[in-house]
Amino acid sequence: MTAYLVRRVLLMIPTLLFITVVSFVVMRLAPGDPVQLQTELNPRVSAEARERLIAYHGLDKPIHVAYFIWLRNVLTLDFGRSSAPDGRPVIEKIAERLPITLFINVISFVLVLGLAVPIGILSATRQGSWLDRLTTLYVFVGYAMPSFWLALLLMILFGVRLGWLPISGLHSLDAYRMGPFEYWLDFGKHLVLPVFIGVFGGLAGLSRYARSSMLEVIRQDYVRVARAKGLPETRVIYRHALRNALLPLLTIFGLSIPGFIGGSVIIESIFAIPGLGQLFYQSVLSRDYNLVMASLVIGAVLTMVGNLLADLSYAVANPQIRLGAKGGD
Amino acid sequence: MLTRRDMLRLLGASGLALGGAGCSNAGAGGRESTPVADLYPIDGPRAIGDAMVSGSIGEASTFIWFLGGESASSAASAAISNSLLRYNDRIELEREVAESVEVTPDGETITFRMRRDVRWTDGHPCTADDVLFTYEALVDPATPTPYSGDYLLVRKAEVLDPYTFRVHYDKPFAPALESWAFCRFIPAHLLRGKDLPRDPYNRNPVGTGPYMLRRPEDWVPGQQMTLWRNPDYWEGTVWIERQVTRIIPDLNTQFLELKTGGIDAMGLTPPQFRFQTGTREFVSHFEKYRYLSSGYTFLGFNLRDPRFQDRRVRQAFAYAIDKDEIIRGVYLGYGKPLSAPTRPDHWTYNPNVRTYPYDPARALELFAEVGWKRDANGRLVKDGKPFRFEIITNQGNQQRIRTAEIIQRRLAEIGIEVSVRPIEWAAFINEFVDKGRFEALILGWNMAPDPDQFIIWHSSQTGPKQFNFVHFKNPEVDRLLEEGRSTFDREKRKAIYWRFQEVMAEEQPYVFLCVPEALFAIHKRFKGIVPAPSGVGYLSHLRWFVPPPYQKWTRTA
Repeated sequence: MTAYLVRRVLLMIPTLLFITVVSFVVMRLAPGDPVQLQTELNPRVSAEARERLIAYHGLDKPIHVAYFIWLRNVLTLDFGRSSAPDGRPVIEKIAERLPITLFINVISFVLVLGLAVPIGILSATRQGSWLDRLTTLYVFVGYAMPSFWLALLLMILFGVRLGWLPISGLHSLDAYRMGPFEYWLDFGKHLVLPVFIGVFGGLAGLSRYARSSMLEVIRQDYVRVARAKGLPETRVIYRHALRNALLPLLTIFGLSIPGFIGGSVIIESIFAIPGLGQLFYQSVLSRDYNLVMASLVIGAVLTMVGNLLADLSYAVANPQIRLGAKGGD
Repeated sequence: MLTRRDMLRLLGASGLALGGAGCSNAGAGGRESTPVADLYPIDGPRAIGDAMVSGSIGEASTFIWFLGGESASSAASAAISNSLLRYNDRIELEREVAESVEVTPDGETITFRMRRDVRWTDGHPCTADDVLFTYEALVDPATPTPYSGDYLLVRKAEVLDPYTFRVHYDKPFAPALESWAFCRFIPAHLLRGKDLPRDPYNRNPVGTGPYMLRRPEDWVPGQQMTLWRNPDYWEGTVWIERQVTRIIPDLNTQFLELKTGGIDAMGLTPPQFRFQTGTREFVSHFEKYRYLSSGYTFLGFNLRDPRFQDRRVRQAFAYAIDKDEIIRGVYLGYGKPLSAPTRPDHWTYNPNVRTYPYDPARALELFAEVGWKRDANGRLVKDGKPFRFEIITNQGNQQRIRTAEIIQRRLAEIGIEVSVRPIEWAAFINEFVDKGRFEALILGWNMAPDPDQFIIWHSSQTGPKQFNFVHFKNPEVDRLLEEGRSTFDREKRKAIYWRFQEVMAEEQPYVFLCVPEALFAIHKRFKGIVPAPSGVGYLSHLRWFVPPPYQKWTRTA
């Protein structure tokens, strides 16, 4: 087990390096650079001023030199400064926006899991029932409906027509003079719609996944054996089948970890939530190289860690899979 | 949709003209003309208090105007600081912190005498030393600023006494005055010797302006910035207690926030202005204003392409394109046609220049003079070759794409085959505009308050990365532009630019299409708004107020 772990972790290093090289090159190949996007076609910007900016941001260096400078800095955990006019360290900018994205995504994920599994089980055990058909319908609607459109409709309904919920942002304008209870209630109200949109989309996929996973397990021999033993159906489902049906969900969980910080550009933009998704999207548009690279590196590390965790937890949960065990029958 | 919005933000930063955002989801409902009861009838008394909340698609990145190019930074800096001169609502220069301005007869030396009652919010007097320091920071090679250009022309800047600042130029440069109107001061006593881009001042400034940041927490990154009135503002009482800017990246969301009172004012798109703000509810709470924006849209030709080199061909295009149709179709009527590059409300505007009303017959006559004739299939042909070209524009700007499509149809009617190709912004600039690889393009310029247009039209400005990318070369225009930028005398300048417009209207290096209007809605509780041709913003900090009964956000200590 330990040997396996060490091997996996060591393997991450070349993978990560490869990812950074590819990202760095692709990003630089995209047309435009941060200075161009700030100054292009602006008559107030003279050629001399532009040259100075290019040198200031180190954009006059060849790509391989730039990469190694970047790599050297990153090895000392220095991800550099943003090329936006605020020039702040990119880590600071990311850290500032991490909590809200993490918070919304974790809440959404917990809700999705908590709802998807029961829905999956119910529609699997009552295959073909009205409930199953209803969830199937929902899944198709959920997949097909663009989330920004649904978001706008809900904003119009709950925000404009009914006036029950705020439309965007995280706090009301006068939040600074609210008592603690009022303050958190206000914050919660602001989160209802974004979290709902996040859950609505995520639930569609995961409930389907839980359903098919359950259906597969129910057909297994050991479930038939359990039934043959005369166990009550609930016990068959919840003791014998469910545990095994949940295993693939571990993989999903592992793969979801990078998504926790990814955030959704659409949700964050529409609801004016200052999260990482917005930041990353804007940094790509403005070719803020250091910020893009930092986000990509963090995303890559989390993806790999997530994969590793998924594999490990799989092994822990399922005695049939023992990593590092040789042969065995 | 997201791309389009962000494109607009980028264009805003690039100083290009743009009207509204062009969200075309004009829903049901029409123009609401039912008179409604005035919910906010009284206009006084003037009182301090309340907050004005606005939305911004992007966040300011610094309070130092020359470090941040985006409009959000520029607005933040404008609220907290001052400059020697400024433009009034007739787009004419007037004194701000300067008490007098003297230009020597040779035009090479400008002396500013400053008011003595201007103070930084920390109590320090604002002096010529601050102006000199700001200038030095601007031209310092270590300062990352896109805006050093005009200031690098200064040969020598000096402080004669604490309230007198003088600059010398190598030759007379009239737009220099404009550059001093843009040059908002930063405090020498706080920033001397500091690393400007990294100094905490960028996010927690001390200014001289009508508004101020009280404490760093007033700026919640990514969410909102609250500026408070400066109780000791030197120019007079500032009435509105707080200016809150909320970051709302999506324009649809901003509009919903406007309707529900989440924000108090916003720029509207033509469909919003026309179709979505006519309800009784909206009309009873909001006042709408429209005024000319400072940008114009044009169809530019690559003048190195022999087909476009004859002036008559370009004039023919101007006749063949129905500008009013573009204004109606794209801007829902909110715009004005133009035939030379000067805004109609500018003091140098020449109303008598040649115009090009839609006249396809006249266009065909002109084409025929040059040898372009219609063949049996109706195509416009010369030497056996049909007239066929491509119009490029930047992707994401729906208004420009629609403009191109309207032009495409009108030109098809006279036998010219036009294809329209939207291209992503960075590639558009790098691969097409800079390299001269285009036949025609649709873009917009923002017209600066100073009438000088040297860098756009002078024949010396056709190099890579320069702005005369259509390669317009005209000796008379060259001479006029040179004279115009070296003449300070107002009447002489006016005469020069009148002639400039006459030549441009004849030459049509672009087909100048239209100046879109800026469309604006603001909550009715705000009083004291003085509409002017160029907008409502001039001196708004001294003029606007909310009478006590209507104050929404109560005063707080």
